[in-house]
Amino acid sequence: MLETLMLSRIQFAANISFHILFPAITIALSWFLFFFKLRFDQTGEPVWMRAYRFWVKIFALTFAIGVVTGITMSFQFGTNWPKFMETVGNIAGPLLGYEVLTAFFLEAGFLGVMLFGIKRVSARVHTLSTLIVAIGTTLSAFWILALNSWMHTPQGHEMRDGVAFPVDWLAIIFNPSFPYRLSHMVIASGLTAAFLIAGISAYRLLKGDDKQAPKLTLKIALTVAMVLTPVQIFLGDLHGLNTLEHQPQKIAAMEGIWHTEKGAPLLLFAIPDEEQRTNHFEIAIPKMASFILTHDFDGEIKGLNEFEGNHPPVAPVFFAFRIMVGIGMLMLTVSWFSRIQLWRDKPLPTWLLRVLVAMSFSGWVATLAGWYVTEIGRQPWLVTGILTVKDAATTIASGNVALSLAMYLTLYAVLMTAYLHTLFTMARRAVEIEEITDDEKVKPVLHTTIQTAIAHSANQSPNTKENDNV
Amino acid sequence: MFEANSLAVIFVALMGFSILLYAILDGFDLGVGILLPLSQKDDSDTMIASIGPFWDANETWLVLAIGLLLIAFPSAHSHIFKELYLPTAVLLISLVLRGVAFDFRAKAAFSHKPTWNKVFKVGSLLAAMSQGYMLGMYVMSFEDSLAAYAFSLLSALGVAAAYAYIGACWLIMKTEGALQVQAVRWAKQAGLICFIGIVAVSAVNPLINPDVFAKWFAWPTTLYILPLPLLCFALFVYSLLELKKLPAINDKGCWRPFVAAVVIFTLCFFGLAFSFFPYIVPGKLTIWETAAAPESLSFLLWGVIIVVPVIFSYTVFSYRVFWGKVRELRYY
Repeated sequence: MLETLMLSRIQFAANISFHILFPAITIALSWFLFFFKLRFDQTGEPVWMRAYRFWVKIFALTFAIGVVTGITMSFQFGTNWPKFMETVGNIAGPLLGYEVLTAFFLEAGFLGVMLFGIKRVSARVHTLSTLIVAIGTTLSAFWILALNSWMHTPQGHEMRDGVAFPVDWLAIIFNPSFPYRLSHMVIASGLTAAFLIAGISAYRLLKGDDKQAPKLTLKIALTVAMVLTPVQIFLGDLHGLNTLEHQPQKIAAMEGIWHTEKGAPLLLFAIPDEEQRTNHFEIAIPKMASFILTHDFDGEIKGLNEFEGNHPPVAPVFFAFRIMVGIGMLMLTVSWFSRIQLWRDKPLPTWLLRVLVAMSFSGWVATLAGWYVTEIGRQPWLVTGILTVKDAATTIASGNVALSLAMYLTLYAVLMTAYLHTLFTMARRAVEIEEITDDEKVKPVLHTTIQTAIAHSANQSPNTKENDNV
Repeated sequence: MFEANSLAVIFVALMGFSILLYAILDGFDLGVGILLPLSQKDDSDTMIASIGPFWDANETWLVLAIGLLLIAFPSAHSHIFKELYLPTAVLLISLVLRGVAFDFRAKAAFSHKPTWNKVFKVGSLLAAMSQGYMLGMYVMSFEDSLAAYAFSLLSALGVAAAYAYIGACWLIMKTEGALQVQAVRWAKQAGLICFIGIVAVSAVNPLINPDVFAKWFAWPTTLYILPLPLLCFALFVYSLLELKKLPAINDKGCWRPFVAAVVIFTLCFFGLAFSFFPYIVPGKLTIWETAAAPESLSFLLWGVIIVVPVIFSYTVFSYRVFWGKVRELRYY
């Protein structure tokens, strides 16, 4: 049987990996929803409300899974990693506390009004509720990334008897890697949501949906993806430079560089071998790694051998990094190609729609791969220079951890199956039904416009349906 | 800024307050889940609609309560939850299952709805029972004995009944017609079991914990604390009398059983808190031994002072938006 430490690591990795998938969608999806609702208030065009309605249901489902899988986290810090809170709890505690106080309550408090209150409050209050939920999800990312970044690049504290005490909270929150990690994650969420919206909209079109809403959401999602991919690549580069400064051993593992060298090559592919401390089957571009990281073809990059015994496992970091970058490049190509196609007023060909459907969850893969790079890249440390993962582990019997881990893994398998199944069921159902029916009495800001629009669409003959009726 | 000893007291009070609010708020929505009938589809929709806009925010109080324990009393957090490792895992998995069932039942293929209804009911029941079991083990100081396990199982049933009771009272307030009549029946049955459970815990707690006994029966403290169980008893009687009058013409007094249940929950909570204060791990660790650094707690306290009133105001706003009898739950 595996030992408690390993089981705890697997359990924590499983919990946090599964959890992050859902916030990765909702952080940005909430802003998309705010945009849809705002456009509806401004124009009174029913198509915006239809887009809002379809996606708010997916948001509700995704948000619920995110909330309930997140609760496990607040228990596990104490049960499986007791030394973490004992050593750095004075720093981690208040940051987590602020997340609950300023973000969780904000989201949860206004979620009910956002989801079910559209007829009970004025249009302005409802749009405001949607905005507040979006702000809440983003604030949540702010605090949790402040803590995570502090664990990578701690500052603003002092150690007394092996325990960290806060000295300067602003320095703790705005630690060196925080701005890069926060913006990289928020944009990652934007891309995850954009490709999900594009993929599901493409799926509806492939299933013969001739309404306006999926076309509109596809166009918006691709526009956002087209803008965000270059931004993300730029931010990723900055993040990498920041990591080179503060955690050079992580960069060495990402690039698979064993010996310190000037003019290090960029490895497109290789199989790192930690025992022989070398790579096999290298495919490389000469001097490129030095150029990217130091902006000088002959810049020096420290190799893993400088950190022997004190650097992360190389292969997982190396491969995860290539997966992340690979998907990023694919996203760049697909979003630009598709968006330009739409620009020329050409409907997307079937194969391209299929590619978009296949990429519905590409954001998940890239986000997870990115997190594995940064988290495995911090090993053997849990908090850089302060606490190793090994020292933080619990003393609970391994049988108990194995049992809880088995329960979590089963649960996650069931949830993931149900989630994906439900998402596509909802998309197929949306092909057949109208998101707005005639009997409803929504009160947008432009009250009369929508009444006219609905009355108008109700009178349309079936063959002109696709113009107004989404 | 703030003095270390008083910070520990302030934070334990905040944590206690969050636990109490959690027990009341998530108590009623877990209770509605426990009561969910598996045969009548229409009722299940109405019942779930009555908690739909609230359950998420209700559960946030649990995150805050556990968060405050973790933040303000980190070693107590790891001590308690290492002892309760497996019941905690059961609690978390039940909460996950019921939370997602709530959304899946409305969105998955129609044929899967009865399955998700079952998951919702079982998840709610298991979550309530694991909380009761954890409470029982806590009262029994995590003793590894047959008596402790038996007591904890009893406590598991008691908490499930208490949640079903407050859930039924919530339904009386939020529904009409046949479902309301049914809810009155549920409230009477669950209220009785809840009452027996409270009497059992109140009797066992001082008998097995000499410290608790000494606290409750030390003259003249007894004089101040004795009204607490008496008031609790009176409220049960009051609640029963009110339930007999329901459903009334014009729905007069439909909110009274719920208010009575809230006060009963509050009194029981104060009884427990009084029994153990200032210990946070019964008989082992006090709040002062486990409190985090004062500079950290002060920093957080400023946030609490500013943010908690705001949380209250928008919680009240949200409850007001969905005031009155439940209507069909729609996204529009």
